[in-house]
Amino acid sequence: MTDAPLTRTAPALPADWRDLFALTKPRVMSLVIFTGLCGLIAAPERIHPVLAFTAILCIAMGAGGAAALNQWWEADLDAGMKRTAKRPLPQGRLDRTTARDFAGVLCGASVFLMGFAVGWLAAAILAVSIVYYAVIYTIWLKPRTPQNIVIGGGAGAFPPLIGWVAATGHVSAMPIVLFAIIFFWTPPHFWALALFVKSDYAKVGIPMMPVVAGEKSTRRQILIYAVLLLPLSALPWWLPGKEHSGAIYGICALVLSSLFLALSARVAFRERQGPDDAMKPEKQLFAYSVIYLFALFAALVVDRFIVI
Amino acid sequence: MNNRNQRRSPGHGQDQQTIEQIRKSRNRVLALGLAAFVILVFFISIAKMS
Repeated sequence: MTDAPLTRTAPALPADWRDLFALTKPRVMSLVIFTGLCGLIAAPERIHPVLAFTAILCIAMGAGGAAALNQWWEADLDAGMKRTAKRPLPQGRLDRTTARDFAGVLCGASVFLMGFAVGWLAAAILAVSIVYYAVIYTIWLKPRTPQNIVIGGGAGAFPPLIGWVAATGHVSAMPIVLFAIIFFWTPPHFWALALFVKSDYAKVGIPMMPVVAGEKSTRRQILIYAVLLLPLSALPWWLPGKEHSGAIYGICALVLSSLFLALSARVAFRERQGPDDAMKPEKQLFAYSVIYLFALFAALVVDRFIVI
Repeated sequence: MNNRNQRRSPGHGQDQQTIEQIRKSRNRVLALGLAAFVILVFFISIAKMS
């Protein structure tokens, strides 16, 4: 990677705030904010609403900053992939220095504000999550190993842990289980996507699982993770102490995860039907995986407030 | 987004007026962000004292 501006069209105009906002990957951020909020609400202790708002704002800013760092680093790769070629940096609507500085300010401000307002343990975990995503995943793992998304999945698993720690001030069993749920959810979610944009990844040389190990192996591994996710997602129901969830969450988790497993099995036991295959089951699994995580965490919160 | 791309492609009036327009809108967002930050810090201080 070089610091030279990557352009199709030279960025002669000043950076537009909408392009800076796009750098934060707003759609991905919505899931991060939601899981972080659920971790905060599901915690057994309450904090002042202003501090709760600040905690979520910091999680969003940290996630946005890490996403901007990711796009700053991968601008060359993004230019070569259809899915990402329209981002501000590959399009030349922003220069790299602006993107890097914007990302740095967001990351630094999020950690400092979290420490000042909420607590330094939550701030430290937020800092770790930013480094995990921007350095360990983006720079180190992604271009080197097909297990990139397995290990790197940890980066997206931090928000509920941070939300929980922001509310309670300590780490306990439940937030670790929530972390593990997202950790095990990430590989089937990303590999479903990687199966239908395989050629994009191959073109820019990113060793995603379908590119390196082949589709058959990827499909089998999607199923393995979906199988593991079924009992894991129900684990909050069986946790001891006051942290555990109730039957509403437990039943929702079992139903949602069973459907996830069914869709994964459909992907696992099929093969690509030639180059014109629409890859509908893979696309459906990817779409459902997003709904799955939203619904699972929503069930966690609903369960906390409704006692049967 | 399309209009923005169009404005930014060569030969589509990268003139002083467009630059001013972009700068103005960015400065407005920055000012709002800073004002929101000051208000947030004020409320955080109140919340931490209570």
